[in-house]
Amino acid sequence: MKKLTRNQIFWPLVALIVLLIYNAFFAKNFFKISVVDGHLYGNLIDILKNFAPLALLSIGMTLVIATGGVDISVGSVVAISGAIACSIIDGRLGIFNHSLVSALVSALLSGLACGLWNGFLVAKVKIQPMVATLILLTAGRGIAQLITKGKIVTINSAPMMKEYYFIGAGYLLGLPFALYIVIAFLFLVLLLVKRTAFGLFLQSLGINSKSSMLSGINVDRIKLVVYTISGFLASIAGILISSNIKGADCNNAGLFIELDAILSVAIGGNSLNGGKFMVQASIVGALFVQCLTTTVYALGVPPEAISLLKAIVIIVLCLFQSDSFRQRVFKGFKRSVKGADAA
Amino acid sequence: MENKEILLTMRKISKTFPGVKALNNVDFTLRKGEIHALLGENGAGKSTLIKVLTGVESMDGGQVTLEGKPIHVKSSQHAQTLGISTVYQEINLCGNLSVAENIFIGREPMAYGMIDWKMINKRAKELLNNLNVDIDVTKTLDSYPVAIQQMVAIARALDISAKVLILDEPTSSLDAAECKELFTVMRKLCNEGMGIIFVTHFLDQVYEVSDRITVLRNGELVGEYEAKSLPKVELIGKMIGKDYEQLQQIESAKKAHMENKESYLTCKNLTTEGNLKNLDLEVNKGEVLGLAGLLGSGRTETVRALFGADKILGGELSVKNTRIRNNKPITAIRKGMGYCSEDRKSEGIVGELTIRENIILALQAKKGMFRFIGKKEQTKISQQYIKLLDIKTPGCEQQIKNLSGGNQQKVLLARWLATNPELLMLDEPTRGIDVGTKAEIQKIVLELAEKGMSIIFISSEMDEMLRCCERMVVLNDKKKLGELSGNEKNEQVIMEMIAGGKSV
Amino acid sequence: MKKGILSKNFQLFVTIVLFLVLFLAGSLRYRGFFSAQVFLNLFIDNAYLIIIAVGLTFVLISGGIDISVASVVAFVGMLSAYLLQNGWNPYVVMLLMLLIGSTGGFLMGYIIHYFKIQPFIATLAGQFLYRGACFIISTTSIIIDNPVYTTIANYQIKLAPKAYISISVVIALLVVIAGTIMARFSKFGRAVYAVGGNEQSANLMGLPVGRIKVLVYVLSGFCAALGGIVFSFYTLSGYGLQNIGLEMDAIASSVIGGTLLTGGVGSVVGSMFGVLIQGIIQTIIIFQGNLSSWWTKVAVASLLCLFIVLQRIISANRDKFKRKMLNNA
Repeated sequence: MKKLTRNQIFWPLVALIVLLIYNAFFAKNFFKISVVDGHLYGNLIDILKNFAPLALLSIGMTLVIATGGVDISVGSVVAISGAIACSIIDGRLGIFNHSLVSALVSALLSGLACGLWNGFLVAKVKIQPMVATLILLTAGRGIAQLITKGKIVTINSAPMMKEYYFIGAGYLLGLPFALYIVIAFLFLVLLLVKRTAFGLFLQSLGINSKSSMLSGINVDRIKLVVYTISGFLASIAGILISSNIKGADCNNAGLFIELDAILSVAIGGNSLNGGKFMVQASIVGALFVQCLTTTVYALGVPPEAISLLKAIVIIVLCLFQSDSFRQRVFKGFKRSVKGADAA
Repeated sequence: MENKEILLTMRKISKTFPGVKALNNVDFTLRKGEIHALLGENGAGKSTLIKVLTGVESMDGGQVTLEGKPIHVKSSQHAQTLGISTVYQEINLCGNLSVAENIFIGREPMAYGMIDWKMINKRAKELLNNLNVDIDVTKTLDSYPVAIQQMVAIARALDISAKVLILDEPTSSLDAAECKELFTVMRKLCNEGMGIIFVTHFLDQVYEVSDRITVLRNGELVGEYEAKSLPKVELIGKMIGKDYEQLQQIESAKKAHMENKESYLTCKNLTTEGNLKNLDLEVNKGEVLGLAGLLGSGRTETVRALFGADKILGGELSVKNTRIRNNKPITAIRKGMGYCSEDRKSEGIVGELTIRENIILALQAKKGMFRFIGKKEQTKISQQYIKLLDIKTPGCEQQIKNLSGGNQQKVLLARWLATNPELLMLDEPTRGIDVGTKAEIQKIVLELAEKGMSIIFISSEMDEMLRCCERMVVLNDKKKLGELSGNEKNEQVIMEMIAGGKSV
Repeated sequence: MKKGILSKNFQLFVTIVLFLVLFLAGSLRYRGFFSAQVFLNLFIDNAYLIIIAVGLTFVLISGGIDISVASVVAFVGMLSAYLLQNGWNPYVVMLLMLLIGSTGGFLMGYIIHYFKIQPFIATLAGQFLYRGACFIISTTSIIIDNPVYTTIANYQIKLAPKAYISISVVIALLVVIAGTIMARFSKFGRAVYAVGGNEQSANLMGLPVGRIKVLVYVLSGFCAALGGIVFSFYTLSGYGLQNIGLEMDAIASSVIGGTLLTGGVGSVVGSMFGVLIQGIIQTIIIFQGNLSSWWTKVAVASLLCLFIVLQRIISANRDKFKRKMLNNA
């Protein structure tokens, strides 16, 4: 039992289950799943579909945070990648002739390039991660706007629209296609982390980068790779999001999603100071965040107020992760016990 | 001198940290106008005693009186208002602020509700002039070398009109001339009636400047002595205590395979990022080569350059007759080198990782990321070394940060032994380690050399060096002064070489 | 000696020169650009951002970060609009806003220092909290039609026949002056620099590090609230989605103005020029006419990048210099 509670993924799972139980009692039909148009339909399926972009980002963010860094530019990368993909499919760029494949490849390449740029600034120029990624955060939406020529691109009537829409909103074997993408990348990243020494090196450099370097680990290269992965995954998230709304909205696509991704990582019990990490736990964290959003919708609270709930979740989580807070609370508890003894 | 008025007394001071009795009924007395050296090996309790006195740590038991009145120091601020100021080994000032500001921050003179910068700069200038330092006090502190920064720290301590001045290893980053300068200042301050507590590990300096010596060992008081009437050998005996004999037992381990001198590594005219100048060095197979010299002499810089941690700016480095260019730690490791840094905590262990992961780290890096060592294999390797080096731990899945210093050091040794190196570079491998483990590590070093491994050994403790090394290279001021081997090498000769090197 | 002063303020110098160059370039390129009012409009349009940046500068110098400021502005706008509609006294409302901002800052500072929670996360929680609270008040925009507010908003202080500034500009300039004095000539200000330079040293030098770190967030919260009030003069409405991403503009201004995000270096005046540079880029793009306003963001980001790399080079040179000194010593 003790071993179970000590597992990092235990508490995030508990939080998720508590939230689900709450919904079982207070949200009508939350667990109802029906079959519509040959695929499953219901709140839970919706959660699985909508959490895909966040899940992908939180995978990348987990790795970045493990190095002791942070990538606050992912939301902008989402916007750029969506803008590129939709603009090509829409044909407004006048290149690639509406081709779906070139749209996807270009979008993914843009993510790779953004990630490489961040990694270059952090690993080679040695700029603090927060500042380095701030540059792309600031520029990213502007770049996306320039690609779409300042318009919201809708691809409702584009030739490859159906195929593109399938990626983010389609269903395969009854389940959202996006979910399969998440599972595939989770699997790939886990393979990298568990079946190569990448995970060990990542943790090691996140805990003590000097020691790691002197043990022969190429710290800079690993950082570069990690930011590139994060950028790449962000571009996939961008494709999913734009496909789901059949268009690219540079102002709002992925807005503040970097904060949700960081939140997911934190809820997953990963230390934001770097070091030990668990990708699966972050996925559970992302699921929790998405579930929270859906719950709020289901309860009829104004959806904008969801940030209030997130704030509370962050505060509670951080306070319980904070040693000095626990010490204080514990001390106070001890003192009152002592007081009771004396009485 | 005995008649001098008593300034500060500490009686029966005790302090326990989880698992360690850091101080056990220690007494300490400081008189007005004296320089009192506080000595002891690492872990003797010197720094804990200082921390208790300056309010950084609270004491569990005991009494402190200043000028006859009992005091209870609550914090470093409080200590300062009482007249107890400290200059720490690592300079605790702010590099981004001006020199003058560093002296006055927190106590700035005000005029019309605003900081009076004119006054600050003027008084800072005066204070530093008093210490024979003449610099532009409006420049930021980090534009000056460490020696000047040290003086600024002292000036700050003095301006608090200290009665008691604590100097914690103030000379470790100063050269001989700067030390002389500092000692003159110390003498001057004493003559003005201040009491100075001088913590250092340079025994010569103790004799040069101190009136009285207090020795601590393992958290207990050994005694208080007049500097004049305590010969150096006896002092060392008191610092090391009865364990001295235990250390001597491995003296015998000197072997005679000096003949087969096959060269493993050579460097010619090496100049590095770490400021090493024109160094020639040869390391033979199966020898223990000592790098002797004071802190900052270039010992650490040498091994860092060989290991690729500092960039080589000029000269040649060859291993087994192949020239190495663009040396990086991973290149060095693949060439068969290993390096234990002197700073175990920040450049050695990876605290939150397990012993197993710590041991496997360098081997895995050597093999490359994709030739992953399976967990079973990892466990096997680490258990093998836990047994071999007698690492005291419940198991290899313990986090390394929970181990004692000595056992952490053994894990780091294991990390390098696992890579099966041909040259192992050990920088202060026995620092801050209990005497028993110290002897064990020395023994391991000698055994490894016997098996044909080359070892570069660095230690501040001369006895240890003399005991372990067959050959010694003496360094000073980032330059090589000479080599000694066989009977030539003894403490006297080395000290003379260093002293001689300085006057050049 | 002179060289020392130059290198110490080198970045500020670069920032001011850049501002002048941009202004000059605009004046040469576009008709009607070179006028007092175009210049003064930079202040009028960015008064709120200047005020926010001043507070944030202190946080950044202390080595922290505060990403809650944009939400504070939105919340202040929202709540004051709501309260004014319900007939509250406008002066009471303003005081209340400043109090809320400061208290929020205090709470964030408190958990940052005493519970050792990363500033980024703690102020992220603050950001969410303020933003969420906006929508509890209302999900739509609320108009401010209180006579005091509209009077202040529309009042023009004539400097010359064809040049005026608003009351907000006066407030912003007062904040800049007060901030500069605080940074240069108060014990608190100097202690902020010390804490940002080396927290451990500051502690050992006897500075009340905890109090200073908390106060810095109080100051930032206060300035954000003041910025929020000024912003509601500017827009005369409150809306929960107002100013999204403003915190990054403020941070970018500080960095362009020479503030090191690692702490210990920076100036209030620099941050003001950072804001003005962003403003002038925007003005140039408007004058150009055919450029998308999104070029502003791209240009600001490029500048940001340039300045950050410049900072890296300067600090790397300093390290090299120090090593050389050490070697020669």
